[in-house]
Amino acid sequence: MARAAVLGRLTWRVGTVAALRDETATARTIVLDVPGWPGHLAGQHVDVRLTAEDGYSTERSYSIASAPVDGQAGPPVVELTVQRLADGEVSPYLTQTLAVGYPLELRGPVGGWFVWNPDGPGSTRPVLLVAGGSGVVPLMAMIRERAAAGGRAPFRLIYSVRDPGALLYADELARRERAGDGLEVTYVYTRTAPPGSGQPTGRINAATLASAGWPPAESPAVFVCGPTGFVEAVADLLVRGGHGTGAIKTERFGPSGGKP
Amino acid sequence: MGIVSPGFSGRRRESSEKLPPGQYLVTDFPVLSAGPTPRVDTGRWELRITTETGQVHRWDWAAFQALPAEEPTVDIHCVTKWSKLGTHWRGVSLDTLLADVETSAGFATAKSYGGYTTNLPLADLVDGQAWVAFDFGGEPLEAEHGGPARLLVPHLYFWKSAKWLQGIDLSDHDTPGFWESLGYHNYGDPWREQRYWGD
Amino acid sequence: MSDDYMDGNMLGGALGELFTMDVTTAAITCVSCGASWTIAQTRVYPHAPGMVARCPACDAVLLRLVRGPDRAWLDLRGVTCLQLAVPGQ
Repeated sequence: MARAAVLGRLTWRVGTVAALRDETATARTIVLDVPGWPGHLAGQHVDVRLTAEDGYSTERSYSIASAPVDGQAGPPVVELTVQRLADGEVSPYLTQTLAVGYPLELRGPVGGWFVWNPDGPGSTRPVLLVAGGSGVVPLMAMIRERAAAGGRAPFRLIYSVRDPGALLYADELARRERAGDGLEVTYVYTRTAPPGSGQPTGRINAATLASAGWPPAESPAVFVCGPTGFVEAVADLLVRGGHGTGAIKTERFGPSGGKP
Repeated sequence: MGIVSPGFSGRRRESSEKLPPGQYLVTDFPVLSAGPTPRVDTGRWELRITTETGQVHRWDWAAFQALPAEEPTVDIHCVTKWSKLGTHWRGVSLDTLLADVETSAGFATAKSYGGYTTNLPLADLVDGQAWVAFDFGGEPLEAEHGGPARLLVPHLYFWKSAKWLQGIDLSDHDTPGFWESLGYHNYGDPWREQRYWGD
Repeated sequence: MSDDYMDGNMLGGALGELFTMDVTTAAITCVSCGASWTIAQTRVYPHAPGMVARCPACDAVLLRLVRGPDRAWLDLRGVTCLQLAVPGQ
């Protein structure tokens, strides 16, 4: 089963853009065909490398948004969701210039620590996912993987964004939540809540984690992903709330959803 | 080299015959750092030059600011390939700082608050080649760019221009610094493209 | 500006070109303060001529990596050792 983290030296491979999907006005999912892709675990990422004609090149890291796919016919697919930064160097290319049929160089899958494996030990534990902005991407891979694997572990996602327009995967999250198989999602809006909702705006605080998360007694596995400041603040609140530091796994992003 | 990404050009770059090989021009001023930015209050700032015999010359901020300063305009070249031409600084020349320092040492190690080090021949610090700079572009040097004061040695790759300068140790021995001990060239002349060991 | 670090997950790609198994889960102990971490938990400062991973407890340098066009240099002097999980036979 091609679920294991890859063994063998990582090298750069070339994928081809098979499809593009706008997620928001400023974020896009890139679907890549990657011949020879060894499979991945939910939570892993890839490094992407762009090279200009004069040889100048630059790299960024992006979380894999798609669930690992098992026994799929045809070339394996890797999906990345990229948030465009106005002053970015790579994200404008990936979200505006890249087109179907274009090549994209990537290296991975990377990372064996910030992963959730439905077959791994402790995989029936409740899971708390806390996302800041585009930090939701690797957590979405975990949510998708749970559904694809028929997982029973109850999942709670706390997803913090500036405003409703910044939500990634909004329709899909709503649909999965309605399916009633153990996913609950709480949205936190730091600047503007949905009109008419009456929901207060503000950052995640201890009360949010207590009401929308799991109590420490449930021994949840916790995954926190987002910008460094967000991750530090949330991890701190979780520890103060009684969660063991060993249960909390964090991944820090740069602002574009990819690490520079 | 990787495959070319169609339509990708990256941040605006130009090449110019004024640039050392392999460099490109940038319009911003990239911040490169190997650790957290030291926050050094000028009230506790001190610069020390220590000779090979152990003699210490020190300046606090007031004494340092009282020294005659120059306003060099120089080109800077980072080993990560970006260059900026015509950058304006204000700083005290190492010739001024070393004027009363008795030494026959051949080598210097620049040391930063925060632990960074870099080494270079003493001959490359004198004769108008280096400054301890405290203003950039007409403004006090920001912490992220090495303020309150940094070494400025523009004829070598910019990793030699140690930020958050705390001291310079003079020695008869050449001791590779932070990057020089991990693959980066011991001397680092951009015009001979001396980026890595053996270049 | 002290917040301008990522975590050791991002070393995985560069180290993955040198090691045949995942290194982000490797366990290390800081020689300066004795704190133990996985590489994924370290603080990585990526904006430099090389990658530097620091101890989240005491900021000491744990490991450093420089990539040249055809060489890599890895300094592990800041850790007592690197413990890697090697798949059993």
